Amino acid sequence: MASITLQNLVKQYGDGFPAVNDVSIDIEDGEFIILVGPSGCGKSTLLRMIVGLEDITSGDLLIDGKRVNEKAPRDRNLAMVFQNYALYPHLTVFENIAFPLRLAKGKHTDDEIRKLVTDAAKTLELTDHLERKPGNLSGGQRQRVAMGRAIVRQADAFLFDEPLSNLDAKLRGQMRSEISQMQRRLGVTSVYVTHDQTEAMTLGDRVAVLKKGVLQQIASPRELYEQPVNLFVAGFIGSPSMNFLPATLEGNVLKTAVGDIQVTEDKARAAAGKKVVLVGLRPEFFEDASLVEEHKKDLGSTFMAELTHTEWLGNEQYGYINFDPDPEVRELLNSLAAEMDADELRPQIVVTLDAASRIRGGRSAELWLDTRKMHIFDPETGDNLTRDAEAGAALTQEANTARAEEISEAREREASTAGQPA
Amino acid sequence: MKASRTKERVTWIIISVLVLLYALFPVVSIMATSFKLPSELTSGKFLPSSWTGSNYEQILVGSAQDLFLSSLRNSIGIALIATFIAVVLATLCAYAIARLDFPGKKVILTTALAVSIFPVISIVTPLFNLWRNIGLYDTWPGLIIPYLSLTLPISIWTLAAFFRQIPWELEQAAQVDGATTWQAFRKAIVPLAAPGVFTTAIIAFFIAWNDFVYGISLTSTEAARPVPAALAFFTGASQFESPVGAISAAAIIVTIPIVLLVLLFQRQIVSGLTQGAVKG
Ligand SMILES: Nc1ncnc2c1ncn2[C@@H]1O[C@H](COP(=O)(O)OP(=O)(O)OP(=O)(O)O)[C@@H](O)[C@H]1O
Ligand SMILES: [Mg+2]
Repeated sequence: MASITLQNLVKQYGDGFPAVNDVSIDIEDGEFIILVGPSGCGKSTLLRMIVGLEDITSGDLLIDGKRVNEKAPRDRNLAMVFQNYALYPHLTVFENIAFPLRLAKGKHTDDEIRKLVTDAAKTLELTDHLERKPGNLSGGQRQRVAMGRAIVRQADAFLFDEPLSNLDAKLRGQMRSEISQMQRRLGVTSVYVTHDQTEAMTLGDRVAVLKKGVLQQIASPRELYEQPVNLFVAGFIGSPSMNFLPATLEGNVLKTAVGDIQVTEDKARAAAGKKVVLVGLRPEFFEDASLVEEHKKDLGSTFMAELTHTEWLGNEQYGYINFDPDPEVRELLNSLAAEMDADELRPQIVVTLDAASRIRGGRSAELWLDTRKMHIFDPETGDNLTRDAEAGAALTQEANTARAEEISEAREREASTAGQPA
Repeated sequence: MKASRTKERVTWIIISVLVLLYALFPVVSIMATSFKLPSELTSGKFLPSSWTGSNYEQILVGSAQDLFLSSLRNSIGIALIATFIAVVLATLCAYAIARLDFPGKKVILTTALAVSIFPVISIVTPLFNLWRNIGLYDTWPGLIIPYLSLTLPISIWTLAAFFRQIPWELEQAAQVDGATTWQAFRKAIVPLAAPGVFTTAIIAFFIAWNDFVYGISLTSTEAARPVPAALAFFTGASQFESPVGAISAAAIIVTIPIVLLVLLFQRQIVSGLTQGAVKG
């Protein structure tokens, strides 16, 4: 168990390219941190710097308050699960899991090693495969062997580099919940790299969003979702992603392609003075107006729009609205897209409708828009002009308390089962 | 559907048999000859009418013993030493090529390729003169050095290709698991690299063992003459007898180590050890 502190970490590769740029994160003991970001943003590099496989160009890395920049990987006592598992093909599953124990010479007797390995294998349901070679195992089993090798020794922290990316969707879901439960049960500090939305949102106590080596925001999943600091985070978190709608402000009214939106005094003040702003609207802010209860209707605004088509998914349906922006605004959307690593930001709005809605593509329909949680962004800097830092911090604080409770509960449960004779 | 599959199989079987016949016929023919009496050599029959071991006797304990056994000793010694040196040098070179980024990597590989396609026959005469001048003519090193020029390029190429496939990430995984740099190399990489090195050694050995041109041109006595060259110096029991039977027997004997090597180590040669290290 350990806390890990990253202070202004910078990584420059030989060609001078800063893969990680001035990243500072405080990881508390027992915390589960997720690193997300588009491909090539430096997630793996950052993880490898923590574990010691990559030199730190500048900045400090502290484990339990002690600076470890110059320490070799083996002296940091961290366990890592590699993206492609990195199992030793010439060793059996048993020997693969026992590998770190055997390296710690003199620390464990053969009997202890046998016991530790069989225990780990039991947790991971690998008991039947201990004598097989990794080459003969399925993807999920290999993944569990890699996991076994990490949990078998008393490492101070676990580091995961996209451990589930090679599994199929069903297995991924299963392993995700197993990792989550295991982390709570062991209460070990964990850093987890992924670019899967679901993994980031469900596993992490806090999620760090990186873009081109720069840390954008680190907060609980809920804070990221509800109070993003900028366009990038807002667009990256959530699926389908947030709609960005160009708008001009006139008094307390935002003029947009989907009609006028009345905004509150303070939001209007935050956006004042900008020629064009971007309104961030999540798909679920929209609803079929005919299905919205009367008393809720006043909390938002209604507008008429023609959906190009709809996609019915059973529990909900997606609708698509095209709008035709000015050339100037189109330019802005394109440069924004390049910024966010998307091919193009289409002048299109995605809306989530109730599964019961009878709205169909090609016809005009009345939609209702919940304006309470919308955000306004500065298109030049990308900053969120209406972010409520206090509300955000409160959300993250909530997550922190929940984590502390979960860990202590898990430990109590552990203690009580351990106390009982088996 | 089923019919077409059987037809396909039959076609394959026929092709395999044809290839086998083509490849094995000379070997079987030599083997048959090695058991013939000198009087039977020109009989035109494929199999000897009475099997005899006299040819083997002649080269192992009889009149040709000196010639054959000394050349066998030379062949084994020279081929082993050349193989050893080639494999050690090629391992270091291929490791550098696979792992490190340095200028001149391409140059090394193309040079190796160029050397290996350089016709042996065109350097053997200058080498003959040079060796005579500096005293390497008819010595072991006099053969080992040219053999290196044959074995090194192919060793470098096979090993470099092999090393490139090794999941080097394992070395890092081992370091995270608590290994020192040296331990990580020894416990995670060496077991994977060994089959490749081994295969290369066998190939290099074959090349050195089979050489004829250098062997006959750069030696003059039993001091260094290897088997393929020595065969040409066999004489019959009398000058009226053809030495073909003895030569065949010697050829069979020197083929045996090769066949044994392949049979014993075919598992290692076709090693699937690297499978499963990475995602499947
Ligand atoms: N050895 C290297 N030399 C030079 N540049 C490198 C090296 N390794 C990585 N980079 C660069 O550093 C940047 C970050 O790479 P990194 O592997 O950390 O990305 P990532 O966020 O893990 O991406 P992915 O999601 O694709 O795994 C990339 O732009 C990459 O090109
Ligand atoms: Mg990566």
